[in-house]
Amino acid sequence: MCGWDRRTEEQEFIYTLPGTIGTVRIRKNGMYFLKKRRIVREFEQHPRLKEFRFSFGKIVKNPLSVTGLSLIFIFFLIAVFAPVISPPKYEQEPFRIPHEGYSVIPNPPGPGHPFGTTTKQYDIFYGVIWGTRTAFRIGFMVVGTILIIGIAVGSISGYFGGIVDEILMRVVDIFMSLPLFILAMAIVTALGRSLDNIMRSLIIVGWPIYARTIRSSILTIREEDFIKAAKALGSGTFKIILKHILPNAIYPALILASLDIGAMVLTAAALSFLGLGAQEGYADWGQMVSLARNYIVGPQGQPFLFWYVVTIPGLFILFFVLGWNLLGDALRDIFDPKLRRK
Amino acid sequence: MNFLNYIIRRILLLVVVLIGVTLIIFAILTLFSPEQRASAFIKDIKQLSDINSIIKTYGLDRPVYVQYYNWIRQVLSGNFGWSTTVSRTVMEAFKFFLPNTVELALYSAPLIILVGIWLGTISAVHRDKPVDHFTRFLAIVGWSLPTFWFGLVLLMVFYGYFRGLFPPEILGYKAQAYVNSADFVRYTRMNTIDSLLNGKLWIFVDAVRHLVLPVITLTVIQIALVMRIMRSSMLEVMGKGYVLTARAKGASPKVVIKKHARRNALIPVVTVSGWLFAQLMAGVVITETIFNRKGLGWWWAHAATQLDIPAVLMAVLFNGVLFVVTNLVVDILYAYIDPRVRLG
Repeated sequence: MCGWDRRTEEQEFIYTLPGTIGTVRIRKNGMYFLKKRRIVREFEQHPRLKEFRFSFGKIVKNPLSVTGLSLIFIFFLIAVFAPVISPPKYEQEPFRIPHEGYSVIPNPPGPGHPFGTTTKQYDIFYGVIWGTRTAFRIGFMVVGTILIIGIAVGSISGYFGGIVDEILMRVVDIFMSLPLFILAMAIVTALGRSLDNIMRSLIIVGWPIYARTIRSSILTIREEDFIKAAKALGSGTFKIILKHILPNAIYPALILASLDIGAMVLTAAALSFLGLGAQEGYADWGQMVSLARNYIVGPQGQPFLFWYVVTIPGLFILFFVLGWNLLGDALRDIFDPKLRRK
Repeated sequence: MNFLNYIIRRILLLVVVLIGVTLIIFAILTLFSPEQRASAFIKDIKQLSDINSIIKTYGLDRPVYVQYYNWIRQVLSGNFGWSTTVSRTVMEAFKFFLPNTVELALYSAPLIILVGIWLGTISAVHRDKPVDHFTRFLAIVGWSLPTFWFGLVLLMVFYGYFRGLFPPEILGYKAQAYVNSADFVRYTRMNTIDSLLNGKLWIFVDAVRHLVLPVITLTVIQIALVMRIMRSSMLEVMGKGYVLTARAKGASPKVVIKKHARRNALIPVVTVSGWLFAQLMAGVVITETIFNRKGLGWWWAHAATQLDIPAVLMAVLFNGVLFVVTNLVVDILYAYIDPRVRLG
């Protein structure tokens, strides 16, 4: 029960915080100060909060995760302030990279083009800045969607078990027996070349691992005493899954998600590189590396003449993915129950 | 008896998964128009001019289950259709490209596994020391590297700066001409092995020079997985009682790490090696495209951009079969090593 509950005889109020272990009794005779302190202290002892504070402390102290978070934050700022950093030339289509002329020879960094221009004179600076938005869109859309699908399928499979579980897990088996990249490549071929189709294909191939992760953590939690207690108290199936099981089962999937944002952006970039992505001139890192392919080796005597064409977009991909991987890797170590309290 | 039961159960499951894989491939196939689908049934270039009769013969305008039945019969009889990218049947092209890819995998896979195990052990033994942080950081950077970009940068340095030290493609101009001539017997169609069997050292050197960069690219990117698993499994094993017992009995730390801990820590690495193979094939698609090595990955990548449906579907099927079979082998080996698996 939640809220104030008046017990008139004892002149006491019993306040039950949602989810706390016990109740806090507060006498009515002017001990307002004490009441506040005690509630806060009781709240701090909430196990989920305590674990969160412990984890948060570890995240802040771990150099790897701090590096990862800072990288992500920098990219986030670039994405948010893209219109300020590099104002779009075409108001209606900000993702179209402006280009002057059609000369295929790249031009080195200079005034007006801080990172130079790639083949067909597309401005590299504009491309990498707006490409950050594309990368975030791919990462969040793909991983967000597969997380939701994975949670839904995994919860149904893990909680109900039986024939439903058997069928769903065989489907997962089938999907997981195909390499993500190659299956995604085939699906994009079938759907037609475009960035949206790359995202769709990654969603189609990406969800099974989440379903399996959620399912296996649900299977262990389902047998815990507190679930039996919740059942005995008469909670409905839906409420048990949503309030008692998922909050405890979701961590492995969240860690996977933070690693997957990097991995999915990387896979999408690779597919773009192969020529399955957006039309030419779209602000997308993978495509920019692909445009640079013919200008890797400079003419005799100047081997690094065109270094900027391939290096700059590549470094953006690398640091973006590195940020998410560093964060995910640190989270995995922090939440690994085998290593957690050592 | 139990062991036999286990294997039979695994093989039955394998059949279910393989049927599922064909269903996925067929689902992708149905996204195309009948005219495009027809190419999946062509055996001969002459049939290209007669698409309509193929649509009739294989019932491509009939209900889905009829089509699936016709298609799976074709696949089982070894007819995968016509690949327009290379103007051959898919089966011929597959036989032609396979050796180059196998050669690449042959040199990368052991390197990935051995170096990964080594780095993982070092990292676990020196947990939270600078060595650990450094190797882990390197592994994460490797994992985050875009394969296609890393390969291009390697080319920029080792092909551009050091004029032609490690060139792209499979063989140099002269070596290629010699290999294609009648004097050279193709035993395996893998250049490094064939050249040694023919006693031509200069071709061997040339082939190795062309292999160095692709192998490095594949290794750097895949190694993180092995290292990561080795490290965590090693950490877990080193906390076990028998490791402490071994130390208490007076065994030196080196012996304990090598004989007691590492052997047991290897089991999870064996488990993921099947998965590693699948990852390797995905890496091969990109690597071969960058270095212009004409292998399976090169063919599939070009097929994908040119709407060469039969070749792309072949890629999915081949990888599905490869994954399922390697996993079966791993599982059987695993059950053989670890009695808990077959009895549990």
